[in-house]
Amino acid sequence: MYQTLKTNWLSNPRGDLLAGIVVALALIPEAIAFSIIAGVDPKVGLYASFCIAVVIAFTGGRTGMISAATGAMALLMVTLVKEHGLEYLLAATLLTGLLQIGAGYLKLGSLMRFVSRSVVTGFVNALAILIFLAQLPELNPATDGVTWHVYAMTAGGLGIIYLFPYLTRSIPSPLVTIVVLTALAIWLDMDIRNVGSMGELPDTLPVFLWPDVPLNLETLLIILPYSVSLAVVGLLESLMTATIVDDLTDTPSDKNRECKGQGIANIGSGLLGGMAGCAMIGQSVINIKSGGRTRLSTLSAGVFLLLMVVFLDRWVAQIPMAALVAVMIMVAIGTFSWESIRNLKQHPMSSNIVMIATVVVVVATHNLAYGVFVGVLLGALFFANKVGQYKYVVSEASDDGLTRTYRVVGQVFFASADKFVEFFDFKEAVDKVVIDLCEAHFWDITAVSALDKVVLKFRREGTEVEVIGLNEASATIVDRFAVHDKPDAVDKLMAH
Amino acid sequence: MMKNVVACIDGTDVSTAVSDFGAWASQRLTVSLVLLHVLDKSEYPAQTDMSGNIGLGSREALLQELAELDEKRGKLALEQGRMMLETAKQRAMDDGVIEPITHQRHGNLLDSLLAIEQDTRLLVLGKHDEKLKPHVGSRVESVVRSLHCPILVTTDTFKAPEKVMLAFDGSDTTRKGVEMVAGSPLFKGVPCHLILVGNDNEAHRKQLNWAQSTLEAAGFDAPASIISGDVEQVLCDYRREHSIDMLIMGAWGHSVVRRFLVGSTTTSVVRNATVPVLLLR
Repeated sequence: MYQTLKTNWLSNPRGDLLAGIVVALALIPEAIAFSIIAGVDPKVGLYASFCIAVVIAFTGGRTGMISAATGAMALLMVTLVKEHGLEYLLAATLLTGLLQIGAGYLKLGSLMRFVSRSVVTGFVNALAILIFLAQLPELNPATDGVTWHVYAMTAGGLGIIYLFPYLTRSIPSPLVTIVVLTALAIWLDMDIRNVGSMGELPDTLPVFLWPDVPLNLETLLIILPYSVSLAVVGLLESLMTATIVDDLTDTPSDKNRECKGQGIANIGSGLLGGMAGCAMIGQSVINIKSGGRTRLSTLSAGVFLLLMVVFLDRWVAQIPMAALVAVMIMVAIGTFSWESIRNLKQHPMSSNIVMIATVVVVVATHNLAYGVFVGVLLGALFFANKVGQYKYVVSEASDDGLTRTYRVVGQVFFASADKFVEFFDFKEAVDKVVIDLCEAHFWDITAVSALDKVVLKFRREGTEVEVIGLNEASATIVDRFAVHDKPDAVDKLMAH
Repeated sequence: MMKNVVACIDGTDVSTAVSDFGAWASQRLTVSLVLLHVLDKSEYPAQTDMSGNIGLGSREALLQELAELDEKRGKLALEQGRMMLETAKQRAMDDGVIEPITHQRHGNLLDSLLAIEQDTRLLVLGKHDEKLKPHVGSRVESVVRSLHCPILVTTDTFKAPEKVMLAFDGSDTTRKGVEMVAGSPLFKGVPCHLILVGNDNEAHRKQLNWAQSTLEAAGFDAPASIISGDVEQVLCDYRREHSIDMLIMGAWGHSVVRRFLVGSTTTSVVRNATVPVLLLR
């Protein structure tokens, strides 16, 4: 017990607490910005971020990962809030949590193995683009209160964020940006949009409340589609972020525990008047970079966030939106996988298509789940196509020219069955055809019916057909071969 | 497969004593001595960069940076560990061990020990000065809790035991302990004092008699006594009085929860003992 406490919480307190402060600064803009996009008061996002970060610190399966109210989730809530209001959002958040806990118990986290590298890259890039696009309304000259001051401040903010670290690395540059721009806006008494004009900020600690919705089937049918989307996107982003943090810190994580942890965190958020959230790639990277490693870093990020917004609310209200936009543009830039652009030239075209298709679908639908679905589907199709090419048929005629032997080698399944049939020359007039399947893998029913078709066609031409090795070939039609209790099963499968 | 004596070398001042005790035990038991060094990456502090910004390629750059840092530390630690093991090996060979085996593993101590538990007959761990490093005590404790082989927790000086004592309380663990001592060549020819802390009553005397006759039947000189009082105090006084070199006792019978709430005799005996303690599970 001491040991777990020590390694998971107290092995790196200095780095964790400092990182907590830095991360809290990057959480506030995202929570505020995306609350506004979801159509709710900033306090909904801020309470959510606090609650999710604190709960996941205890329940999560990946230490050192940051979870809070995220853009990816907020974008899915827009119509629900618009049509039904905040209370339904809270109810949907609770249901999302339940679904995620269920996914954790069903060990759906292991399904992540079907999500290829290209899809992950596409997801990350799409997320970065969504975060960036979400900032555009604040920079749109048609929006009330957006003047040239806003552009100047955003540009200045980005300048501070990227140039200040050359001066000193001991103060977080996003903090400097926020402080300088806020001071400037107050000093010059600028008439620009600030956080206070966006809606209500938290003035107290969050309180427990049950969503005020009728508990009936109708409510369930309203929130279920949203909850499913939220649960799927939340888990996808969380598990992908977990993999990224795994790589960065070279430590393992418990993916199914993470699913359950996300669920519990969302239920907690919903009960405290917050919206659903998930892990955040950009902020998690900031956490690792700032030296955060253990659960303490996640916890302290949440606590610092709440302390800052509750006790400094008068000042938080004065922060110009331009400062938050600058921080969020930084998060978008940092989330984007720069390497993937360079890799476009070297990677195979199929994986590029998967990556780009994922990005395009996400940006078009604003739903990361659709993008991942399309990406996984395309990936599977490309894979089936590739594997289907591992197949050839050689034929040789007997000396007297009356018998022909076809030797089939390789993978026969739905994607390659047609090609398999094409190999045979039905118009050749021979007495007998021998089909040798000893080195073929028949993976599914399509392959078997293709063989039936070949045999039938030869018979119609009056040719006698002999099939050799059918048993071995069809032995490979296995939905589930129990490798664990039959150690030679794989050898047998690979042998012929 | 032959089970080994495993001695955990970590390069601190107790390592010499650990390898000496390992050498002693492996010779008494006539099994091989394995000198183990574990490279635990989580011991290194994380680097802190408070600039708090991320830009294009930050993630890739950070991965690169962290990997390089780990690589440097890892190489250094590997080299250092190898040197420590070499020193310990030399020392064990001077003590008369033929071919001590050296073994290095990545990961945390507990996991590494669990991985080789099957082949471990006796584990030798060093006890650090608790005042300097309070956390090491809990590490020894978690190792003792999780492993099921006998564990010898050594102090920082080696002395081949000439007189040992066994803290006996009549429980299954200590009865098994008596049988283990009687059946093992580890303490052959070494007087083994039996101590029962508690009231001098019929039941206690009967149990102690059983223990004494078991040990005597195996050829041990086994003076037995029943003393009432605080367990830790009694053991400590008796040890001083009879200049005992090693304490043998059963390890934790209670659950983690109970121990967390009320503390454990074993923990504090191990922590405060000035002689090596052999823990039997």
